Amino acid sequence: MTQTEQPDRTTPPPAPAVRAVGVIGLFGSPEPLLRAAERFRDAGFKHWDCHTPYPVHGLDRAMGVRPSPMGKVTLTGGGVGFVLAVLLTGGLSVFQYPLRIGGKPLFSWQAFVPIFFELFVLLATLSTFVALIVMCKLGRWHSPLHDTGVMKEITCDQFAIVLRGDAATEDQPALEKARRILADCGCPDVRPLMEEA
Amino acid sequence: MSVSSNNSESTTPAGPGEAYLTNRRLDDDIYGPLESFPTSRWWLAIAVTGSLATLFVVCLVITVGQGIGRWGVNQPVGWGFAIINFVFWIGIGHAGTLISAILYVLRQTWRTSISRFSEAMTIFAVIVALQFPLFHTGRPWNAVFWLVPLYNDMSIYQNFRSPLIWDVFAVGTYGLVSLMFWYIGLVPDLASARDRAIDPTRKFCYGLASLGWSGSARAWVHYERAYILFAGLSTALVISVHSVVSFDFATALLPGWHSTIFPPYFVAGAIFSGLAMVASLVLILRPMFRLGHLITLGHVELMNKLIIATSLMIGYSYVMEFFMSWYSGQGLEWFVVVNRAMGPYAWSYWLMVGCNAVVPQLLWIRRVRRTPALTYPIVILVNVGMWMERFVIVVTGQHRDFLPSSWGMYFPTWVDMGLLAGSFGVFLTLVLLFCRFLPTVAATELKAVQSRK
Repeated sequence: MTQTEQPDRTTPPPAPAVRAVGVIGLFGSPEPLLRAAERFRDAGFKHWDCHTPYPVHGLDRAMGVRPSPMGKVTLTGGGVGFVLAVLLTGGLSVFQYPLRIGGKPLFSWQAFVPIFFELFVLLATLSTFVALIVMCKLGRWHSPLHDTGVMKEITCDQFAIVLRGDAATEDQPALEKARRILADCGCPDVRPLMEEA
Repeated sequence: MSVSSNNSESTTPAGPGEAYLTNRRLDDDIYGPLESFPTSRWWLAIAVTGSLATLFVVCLVITVGQGIGRWGVNQPVGWGFAIINFVFWIGIGHAGTLISAILYVLRQTWRTSISRFSEAMTIFAVIVALQFPLFHTGRPWNAVFWLVPLYNDMSIYQNFRSPLIWDVFAVGTYGLVSLMFWYIGLVPDLASARDRAIDPTRKFCYGLASLGWSGSARAWVHYERAYILFAGLSTALVISVHSVVSFDFATALLPGWHSTIFPPYFVAGAIFSGLAMVASLVLILRPMFRLGHLITLGHVELMNKLIIATSLMIGYSYVMEFFMSWYSGQGLEWFVVVNRAMGPYAWSYWLMVGCNAVVPQLLWIRRVRRTPALTYPIVILVNVGMWMERFVIVVTGQHRDFLPSSWGMYFPTWVDMGLLAGSFGVFLTLVLLFCRFLPTVAATELKAVQSRK
């Protein structure tokens, strides 16, 4: 825990130098967000995203996000688990510690099927879990969005569309355009995205 | 589970006839209890369960310090309370996976109100269950080498043909997968808790646990896909787990255990007992946290319908066990079932049949299904009955050995009793801590379900 996160209640902190690094549009319902997302997509913005309290149906299409490749990760992980299970049971039962029981073959694979299945499931889910953390970019505890205080609205009931771009540089026209689109879509609450300089 | 498909209309999360909750109100109702100081009832409850949990630890210390001889296991009954409790607690967990995974795959949206709670119950039940075989090994500090194929200097490894080793893999996988599945579901809710928190310590803890979740639409795409994959894999897994647990018995040559009906019979029984445990806890949780509008009588009724369905499966299995023993023409098989029903343990057999197959039939009456005060005694009896079922299977299977000179009876000691009572203490303590620190209802998912209505 760093000191910077703890709000100091005795003395007001010195106002940090902040600069606008983007635009946030907040909506009270998902429908106008979908329209705004389509306009943002067509405008060809680079660094933008929507933030919603729950998964909104059709938003991925409106944003032009490609489908998740998660299924391939799961299947690959499961395949690795299966192969590992075959190697583990076979390797130990045939080479490392051969036990001849009831005249049955050392690699009596039928009896190993439960292990194959369980390790398939275990590795499939483990890889899905890790892939989820990586793909969703979890584990980044701070971002301008978190630190602006708008997160409180998003995780409750507000639907946000966020464009990142530096107002001081050549992104200025893009931010202007985003503000216009948000106004067109009737966005009731447009805020600047601030970052400490 | 067709029993629930025609009733989805009356069980919208907002409850029949009520206006939908706003999302803000929903958050207040779900996170509010976590943000206020615990009530005196909560302290009283945790004092009782914490004492029982302490008893559990004391009994484990006695077991490790003085040996398994402090338990009632001996010849001919070598598997006693520990294995009964293991199977019982693993079974309790299965309803959580049924509700969180199987009903999700079947698109039963009513599950959302109780899914978080039942998943938590699954994890706690697995934690409790694992203690029994672990301490049954006698030297739990060595158990890792016996149970998991790890490199060791003596170059001795597991026999993978043994169902006991299958069990290690099945239950271990089940515990880990349930934990990951639960955590994935929790992350967006933890983010809500983080953003609502005012106290810096709370904010830090929830912030750390929520992994910086920001509700990004690009993340939701992966999240939803991962969630359905987890649900699908858990569905297959949960059926495998209790099947493998039943193999511990079914692959043995003992009459009464050596039976092909065991895997489906165990899975149905597990879900049956787990649903009863969910109902016994949820019916207390509802008034305690004032969640009656989120977990409605409609939800209680649907759970009760699932209990009837699984009760019928169990009843069918009891009848089939008798029929197959007779039809097989095997004298020993027939002896075992007759001994169960009329032998020295007949009381446990008839308690089992009464609690599992007869008493739940009262739930056919609509008024009983929809009145918590009438449902409650039934689900408690089902818990008793399902524990008795494992007692009947484990003890009556062994106490009449092949040679009449080896016949014996099983007498649990006070350490056995203490471990049984203590396991409830550990489980309920974990449940109470969960209710205190984590959102008991899946708020994010509930918002999504509401938005689709």
